[in-house]
Amino acid sequence: MGWALSLLIELVTMNTQPEEPQPSRFHSVISSAADRLAGSIFILPTVLALLFLSIFPLLASLYVSLAKFDIAPGGYKFTFVGLNNYRKLFTGSEGTHFLGKFASNTPLTWIVFGVVVIALAFFLARYLLNAKVSISGLIGRLLLAIGIGLLTWMLVHTLWNDGRLGTASITLVYVFVGIFFQYILGLGLALLTVQNLPGRRFFRVIFLLPMMITPVGVAYMFRMLTDTSKGPFTPIWQGLGLIDFSWVNNAWGARTAILIGDIWQWTPFMFIVLVAALESQPVEPIEAATVDGANSWQIFQHITWPAILPVSMTLILIRLIEAFKIVDLPNVMTNGGPGTATQSLTYHAYINWRALNIGSSAAVAYMLLFLVTFFAMIFVNLIRQRTVETL
Amino acid sequence: MKRWFQSKTINTPSPIGALLSYLALGIWAFLIIFPLYWLVITSFKISSQVAEGPFYIPFVDFKPSLDAWKYILVGDLSNDTLRNFSNTIIVAPLSALIALALGATAAYALVRFDYRPRVGAILTFIGCVILSIVTIAMGVSWQIALTVSAAAFFILLQTIGRRFKRALGNNDIAFWMISQRMLPPVAVVIPIYILFQQLHLLDTYAALIITYVTSNLPIVIWLMRDYVSTIPIELEECASIDGASRYRIFWSIVLPLAIPGLVATFLFVLVFTWNEYLLALFLSSAKVQTLPLTIAAQNATRGPQWWNMSVLILIMIVPVIVIAIVLERYITRGLLIGAVKG
Repeated sequence: MGWALSLLIELVTMNTQPEEPQPSRFHSVISSAADRLAGSIFILPTVLALLFLSIFPLLASLYVSLAKFDIAPGGYKFTFVGLNNYRKLFTGSEGTHFLGKFASNTPLTWIVFGVVVIALAFFLARYLLNAKVSISGLIGRLLLAIGIGLLTWMLVHTLWNDGRLGTASITLVYVFVGIFFQYILGLGLALLTVQNLPGRRFFRVIFLLPMMITPVGVAYMFRMLTDTSKGPFTPIWQGLGLIDFSWVNNAWGARTAILIGDIWQWTPFMFIVLVAALESQPVEPIEAATVDGANSWQIFQHITWPAILPVSMTLILIRLIEAFKIVDLPNVMTNGGPGTATQSLTYHAYINWRALNIGSSAAVAYMLLFLVTFFAMIFVNLIRQRTVETL
Repeated sequence: MKRWFQSKTINTPSPIGALLSYLALGIWAFLIIFPLYWLVITSFKISSQVAEGPFYIPFVDFKPSLDAWKYILVGDLSNDTLRNFSNTIIVAPLSALIALALGATAAYALVRFDYRPRVGAILTFIGCVILSIVTIAMGVSWQIALTVSAAAFFILLQTIGRRFKRALGNNDIAFWMISQRMLPPVAVVIPIYILFQQLHLLDTYAALIITYVTSNLPIVIWLMRDYVSTIPIELEECASIDGASRYRIFWSIVLPLAIPGLVATFLFVLVFTWNEYLLALFLSSAKVQTLPLTIAAQNATRGPQWWNMSVLILIMIVPVIVIAIVLERYITRGLLIGAVKG
């Protein structure tokens, strides 16, 4: 509580003047004092709430991830063990769970990895030769190159042959494949419904629905639908001779099922924001282009696409941040199985928590936080800034 | 023949284009409606009708029954379901409302006031939080640790904290607040669990509401900040000259003008709180469990009883769907001015 008070004082004393005209001199002293404090009073509850439940737990969680949890007489205790939990994540059985099972090198592995390394080297070289080089820019790009390089190394060794994906790679698959399809579908549907078609409002309401459904519900619904012996598509499975095949028992089948559920649920979010963006677009440039004889693809490419690009980038950033938290779908649809094939990082952390490996759970959560921050930073600094600036 | 491919006005597609558009829209609408339809008819089936393979049309393929509905609403499971349903009804809208109230005021403040928190003060604060966590972890009781760190913060603030001249601006504060959404809940839930355990708040409404409010504040601020900045400042200046206080200006000018944005934001946050699963899983054990937990638990306890599960999911989604249909107009309008600015 002491902090709250001193922070209050601190914020009040450093709050500057409102830019509006000074209140008239008929104001009583008290109300003008209250008015001067308004800035602090408006923002303090939010600041305190975020400090209380974001900053404090974040730092405390860091400590937990560096400690070992034990049941002790009369409760529990945390013993500081340094980076032990993190070391475990990268070695042994936990390492296989988190990073995946690494396959031996094959020519294909080297080719893909080599191409990515060359691309990264080219990216760095171009920055060093062309742009104004700054220390922070260079460090940022070096970190990006190293991060992408390591992730590629992990993916090329676990994606094919006898390799197996770890929870980190699985989460990346969910995030990037999911967002790709959500955006493409959302944009396509948005472009169709902003046309002057009778009944478009009906479609809009329908398209909004999946977003409202609890992810746990979506998960059960898709389990029901994808059941090959009792689900509605049984005749199709029978026709294909797949009646005894449960695609939830196959690693990529199960992942696909989860991705379909995720895409079904979150395309509406992309859709509704893109509809709003398309509708707020000025009509005049399109009219002018039509008069000049442009076809619809040219109009989309040169007028509509640049106009919705900034919104799209914000939208993708939001989904990027949210998608990394996926846990409900794998938990309910497949229980993370077969084996660990569909577990996301959040689910991994939850399993460790349930097994009372609290320190290890916090370490997984922190690795997830690193990944989210890494990709969000790349996105904000390199992609979003560029597209928004050039417009 | 040519007129089939030509559009009359810019936004009206040609007849062929309209046909293709309807086809694509129809396919997607079917993909959305069919799972929901399957959910509804499954809720009227009995176990044998599910087990014997797919039946598609009620009254033709199979005889619908109300067994599952009875079982969930008045039978064995009714106590659990109704309690968890009322928990959801209390927790979700309440946390959405509180998040909206706090977030909207903060968003307004970030648009209309200037804040200059100094870097030194912030660093001192973070240092003292770390100090208190370490001392608590070393076994000092939390009351003493908190007092000591607060005192340390106060002293350091007066001495070192003021030496740093660099200050942050409103944009930095807003970025900090919005970036809190990046935090995966699972990364903070363990300390929150321990915290609420110490405060004896585990498995209470307060615990759920406090965490939901905080985790959704960033979204409210993100949406409302852009929305509020579109409200013309002249109105507020006029009111200020007429002697209205800041609170009055906010209450009687800004809020009424921001209603579309508020409604859209409320709906978004409501969807998040209504469907929240992970935090509820950690923070509630029996009394205040919410509906997503009931649904998820079905599998573990009784195996996939699709008919009962369908009823539960329907109970859960019908209220939000009704709200969404009623407020659809607002969502587009609220987003149109707010989020779309990017």
